[in-house]
Amino acid sequence: MAAKFEIQGLNAWFGSKHVLKNINIKIEEKAVTAIIGPSGCGKTTFVRCLNRMHEITPGARVSGKVLFNGIDIYSNGVDPVMVRRKIGMVFQKPNPFPMMSIYDNVAAGLKLNGVRDRKILDAAVRRSLELANLWDEVKDDLNKSGASLSGGQQQRLCIARALAVEPEVLLMDEPCSALDPIATAKIESLIRKLAEDYTVVIVTHNMQQAARVSDYTTFLYLGELIEYGPTKQIFENPKQELTERYLTGEFG
Amino acid sequence: MKISQKISPFIRNLNVKSVLYLKNHFKGDDIFKLVSALFASSIFLLLGLMVYELVKGSWLSIQTFGLNFIVGTKWDPAVSRVFGVLPLILGTLVTSAIALLIGVPISLGVGLVLSEYVPKKFGFAVSFLVELLAAVPSVIYGLWGIFVLIPFLRDHVYQYLKAVFGFIPVFSGPIYGGGVLTGGIVLAIMIIPTVSAVMRDLFSAVPNSQREAMIALGATKWETAKTVISYARSGVIGAVILGLGRAVGETMAITMVIGNRFQVWPSSLFDAWYTMAAIIANELLEATYDLYISALINVGLILLFVTLIINILARLIVWRTLRLTRGIARE
Amino acid sequence: MDYHKLRVAKNRLMQFLVYLALFSAIVPLLSILSEVIRRGFSTINFDFFIKPTPTVGEVGGGVANAVQGTLITIGLASLIGVPIGLMSGIFLSEYGELKLSVAVRFLHDVLSGIPSIVIGVFAYALITRSIGFSVTAAAFALAMIMIPIVARTTEEALKLVPMSIREAAIALGIPRWKTTITVVLSAAKKAIVTGILLSIARIAGESAPVLVSMGFWRWWFAGLDRPTANLALNVFIFAMSPFENWIALAWGSALVLILLVLGISVTARVFTRERY
Repeated sequence: MAAKFEIQGLNAWFGSKHVLKNINIKIEEKAVTAIIGPSGCGKTTFVRCLNRMHEITPGARVSGKVLFNGIDIYSNGVDPVMVRRKIGMVFQKPNPFPMMSIYDNVAAGLKLNGVRDRKILDAAVRRSLELANLWDEVKDDLNKSGASLSGGQQQRLCIARALAVEPEVLLMDEPCSALDPIATAKIESLIRKLAEDYTVVIVTHNMQQAARVSDYTTFLYLGELIEYGPTKQIFENPKQELTERYLTGEFG
Repeated sequence: MKISQKISPFIRNLNVKSVLYLKNHFKGDDIFKLVSALFASSIFLLLGLMVYELVKGSWLSIQTFGLNFIVGTKWDPAVSRVFGVLPLILGTLVTSAIALLIGVPISLGVGLVLSEYVPKKFGFAVSFLVELLAAVPSVIYGLWGIFVLIPFLRDHVYQYLKAVFGFIPVFSGPIYGGGVLTGGIVLAIMIIPTVSAVMRDLFSAVPNSQREAMIALGATKWETAKTVISYARSGVIGAVILGLGRAVGETMAITMVIGNRFQVWPSSLFDAWYTMAAIIANELLEATYDLYISALINVGLILLFVTLIINILARLIVWRTLRLTRGIARE
Repeated sequence: MDYHKLRVAKNRLMQFLVYLALFSAIVPLLSILSEVIRRGFSTINFDFFIKPTPTVGEVGGGVANAVQGTLITIGLASLIGVPIGLMSGIFLSEYGELKLSVAVRFLHDVLSGIPSIVIGVFAYALITRSIGFSVTAAAFALAMIMIPIVARTTEEALKLVPMSIREAAIALGIPRWKTTITVVLSAAKKAIVTGILLSIARIAGESAPVLVSMGFWRWWFAGLDRPTANLALNVFIFAMSPFENWIALAWGSALVLILLVLGISVTARVFTRERY
């Protein structure tokens, strides 16, 4: 398997606070990589550096290289907007556009990029909702407001919306933390399915979830990369003492 | 079922090289920033133009009368063509002062009732009513003033005022209904809604801990209320100055009840008088020659100046309050 | 012991005074509303709504031309004021920390504190002296009154849109400016429209600037470079006149005006109560 991302010397700051310290890692393509670690270790920041979302916060700064398909997305001349089209993101709290219908939510990314053809939009909306395992539940009334769905359904709607613009990567920032166990299970099986064609990076504070869902696991602590490797190896045979202590629940 | 089979063709061509699409969207953001900044900056142009036009329009009057315009007491467009506005300034100040004397205590009372004395539900309805008052157009106050308030005051109030206080010169003139006191009363009625609303907000913002401290000391409701007012002191002053600004600039309602008589000093509170705003409204359309027009524009310029000073004062005081009670830094 | 009695008495007294204050604030409002309704209602008949202003001494007549004129004037003012106010509000919310924004906000506050008669004189000096007493001049003055109101309410409305919605759009690869004018703006739609409605209610009631920039007009709309009839101004002219039928029309016009202004204000406020 090739590396979708190659991260070299990544550092990130919030103002003067040094949040990520010299991260070097490769993310495999078409696999699920979980980012775990205690609160505040920089998991979310790390993931937001992969699609150039970190820098939109005032005072935020990044240095280092993030090679995506071999090209450094932080180099001069790279348009962050185009980066974000190839690398999609799903947030912790589902955030569908409240004033739009289900259809419009999913089609939003496409419409705003100039796609006008109704047939293409219809097909894309259907495809994305099917991909997100939501089609059967909403197909009878796509004009309902996006905000009228349950929490789990809203999150799958956000996944569909992200997938509609055909990204190569899907970044997920604790996507199940606001959901109940049943909704969580639905999304976890969805993630396994998506990994067949997309590279998925998922941040989670739930170790069992990481063990269930991911192929590779990355452990971050206080902004530093402590250990990274195939999930089975990390959970059964961690190389770092810190990793073992975290996995046995000593902290975080 | 393989997902890749469902991928539709239109985006297939977007490959990695498109990531290097040079600064296409930076341009969009920059253009948007520029365009919206231009629209926003129009305010500089508009205000600058206003000051320019007012000064230009007043120029003839300024050249002819200089500072005598401000201290002059003669306004004679017909014969000698001499203009002086001191009586107007005085009229404006006196009516505004009366408005504050009557309006501020009432506003304090209303503000207190709405924040301290009344249960939330009831207070909500009353606040709504009071805010409705603020939306009533000035001419309607004037209309009501002429046909309802004036007869009422003339027939039922002023007689008694004169009877009781008649030995003081200000209460001893002929009563026709309108005049200085009536003008002040109408202005008071007009500023009460706005000033009360601000007071209510100020008092509501006082932390409950202050009230609780007083109550724990065994204070009465009124004593607690006094503490609340004292805490919000600066804001209250700011609100009063805000009310002053409104009273000074009020045109239609005042001109409809004050009698519009240019005189250096009224013979009593029941006598007619004039204000800066009122004279502009009444005479600008009748002004037939350049100096007359220029004099009236000059009055407008002075009025602008006066309200600007009042507003800057209010702002300084209210900012200080914000800084003290909320601890936010000055912009 | 005695001192305590004094405190209790004072408390009682102040309670009475405070409620008296409330009473004296509400009574005029009730009087105004009831008189306008009572006296205005008796003037209203079918003619009232279809006939223009009568000549002096003529019996009957109505406010039809005034309603037409007011609508045209407000419409024209909105055409100028709303775009400028809207764009200014968008600029202030998106780029709010810039020194330019601080200055713009300050000037908007200054403008909103300037008496409307002074703005009328400005319109008089700038426009009336060139093209004459006209709708254009009046619309210009009213637009100036609108701009700070629309800008401020737009800025606040946009600020209320949660960051999560902006982030969702940005993460989809939508450029920032597009996020603002599509997603964010439509999320804030209700509050922005409310602000615009409130500013319209405000200028519908303005008569001072209209008086000095446009003047009184008895007939139907006659062109942008001529004056047109105005409901609020008519109340003033009719009320100050010595003619019975005009005075009656003043009350009738006041009724229509107050229904219009309060109607818009109340609707706009009720509208905002529903938050999604």
